[in-house]
Formats: sequence, C-alpha cells, structure tokens
Amino acid sequence: MTRPTRVLAVASAGGHWVQLMRIRPAWKGLEVTYVTTDSGLRQTVLDLARADGEAEPGFRLITEANRWHKRKLIRQLFELVVVMARLRPDAVITTGAAPGYFALRLGRMFGARTVWIDSMANAEELSLSGQQARRYADLWLTQWDHLATPDGPQYLGSVL
Amino acid sequence: MIFLTIGTHEPFDRLVKAVDEWCAVHPLGATVFGQITSPKADGYAPKNFEWISRLSPADYATRFAAADLIVSHAGMGSILTALHSGKPIVILPRRGHLRETRNDHQYTTAKMLGTRPGIHVALDEAALGGVMDQALADLGKPGGIRIPATADPQFTDALRSFLTGGSARRK
Repeated sequence: MTRPTRVLAVASAGGHWVQLMRIRPAWKGLEVTYVTTDSGLRQTVLDLARADGEAEPGFRLITEANRWHKRKLIRQLFELVVVMARLRPDAVITTGAAPGYFALRLGRMFGARTVWIDSMANAEELSLSGQQARRYADLWLTQWDHLATPDGPQYLGSVL
Repeated sequence: MIFLTIGTHEPFDRLVKAVDEWCAVHPLGATVFGQITSPKADGYAPKNFEWISRLSPADYATRFAAADLIVSHAGMGSILTALHSGKPIVILPRRGHLRETRNDHQYTTAKMLGTRPGIHVALDEAALGGVMDQALADLGKPGGIRIPATADPQFTDALRSFLTGGSARRK
C-alpha cells in the first residue's frame, strides 16, 4: 500500500518563512509538517491549508537561533533531532536559514531526500548557510540564474 | 496609513530615524505605525509615530492589509508580502559597512528589484523622505503590481517532482 510522501518544510520566521509559503503548491496533497521559530505561525498554516482546501498540516515550534547564539543553536539542533526521529520524513525542504541547514544534515542521516533553496535575498553570492548546506542537499538551488554553475547550485526558478 | 517594518532580526536605527524626521516635517501627512524589532536600550526611539517591538503574525498581517504604503528595509519578506498584497513599498537597504547586516546583500536586492513597479528605492537615509513623498503622490495611479500568492507553477512542479521521488528538471 502506498502512503502520501511525508514532507518536512523548514524555515526560520521572517523572510525565509515568507519564501517557504510561496512554494507550498510543491507539497499540495502530500503529508506536510512545518517547522519554524514563531508560535503564531501555527494559525497562519492552519488558515492557509483551509483556504487551499488542504488537510490540516503538522506544525512544530523550535527555538529561534542564529550563528551568534551558540547555546540556542544547540538547543535548536536538539529539538530538530526530536522532530526528525518522530516524523521520519521522506523529504526535507528548506529556504533557510540555520534551522534549515540543521534539518538538511539530519534529514540526510535519516535517509530523507533533501532540498535547499537559497534565499532570494542572496543575489550576489550564496548565503553562508547555503554554501554549508551543499554537502547535505540532494537538490541544491539558488533563486538567481546568474549564480547557477554546472557544478551547482542549480537554478529552477524563484519564489517571485 | 504607512506601515514601517524593519525585519524580524536586527535593529535599523537609520531607517527609523529617517521616518521619524519625515513625520516631523509632515505633521498633517499620513499616520505611521512601526514594527521596530529589538530596539537597544540606547537605540533610537521614535517621537512622532506609534510603534511596537514585535507584532504577532496575525497582527502583522492586519497592519499590512490596512496600510496604503509600506516602508521597510530591503528584506525579501517585506518585499514579497508587499507585492502579493498589491501595496507599494519604499525600501532602504541595510549596509554591510555600517554593520546593519552581515554584508551588502540588501543593497544588491534593492538594485535588482528596484525597477519593478511598486518598489521605490532610497539608497540612503537622506533620500528616504523624498522617495516617500513620491510614493505617496503615486498612490492610486493605475498599474498592477500585485503578484500571485504562490510561485510560478513551473518552479513548484519541479520541486514537487523531486519531493515525490522523481528528478527536478528545468523545463
């Protein structure tokens, strides 16, 4: 018996999250769980799913952290380990930043297909997390055509 | 109403101060409301408009919907939300050398997207007031700036095909 693909869609709150929401047709009809850093976004995804005629998505809140807050980063990583072990996604997709990087590394360990979409904010060079995510991304994307190279990242389009 | 938003993560005194000064010389102009993230104890506090340090996503959406004009840092979240809402936006990029962000990526964003209808760029704080005046004067002029709620289906279809076990190819 086949079951729907389980997708973990990860982004920190703010611009990364806005970009993640713009690609949600990519997991229409699949079993999605959102992971982000602002509890208020739970209502946002419930409202959007209702408007889109989708089943109620999963939602997991994790600690907000960036590269300057090492202790919070460790906590965020630990929370993502728990999410990953419980949900065992088939695919992990992220628009960044720190939690997306962790989620790709963990996704790899748990055997998921992984997608990194570098933020559209990075038109001159890939983000630091995007460069670090390269090794762990099965699909490694920039949103700017002029940043794509034959060795990656690839360009398949943008959220705009 | 003008909605000022400076992003989720860092303070941006240069923009807040420039908007406050614009308000001082436009006492009868539009009302400004600001979301001013993590103001430092010694950071700039606006005197001429109402503000809050963090809005919930729902309140943010309400403020955004009620605004005639958005004034913002050159962050993709604000820009995409403005385009999707069909609201004109004035952007002032954060600069790397002023340590307002890690590098000059917002400056590049402003250069790359600043030619789109509905996006008004002030490259520095001295230009901001004039750009706001121009954006307000342009309100109500015809010209669609609204983008759909989601990305180009070609892009999301390629992603979907990869997520479900196929390969992602550019068509």
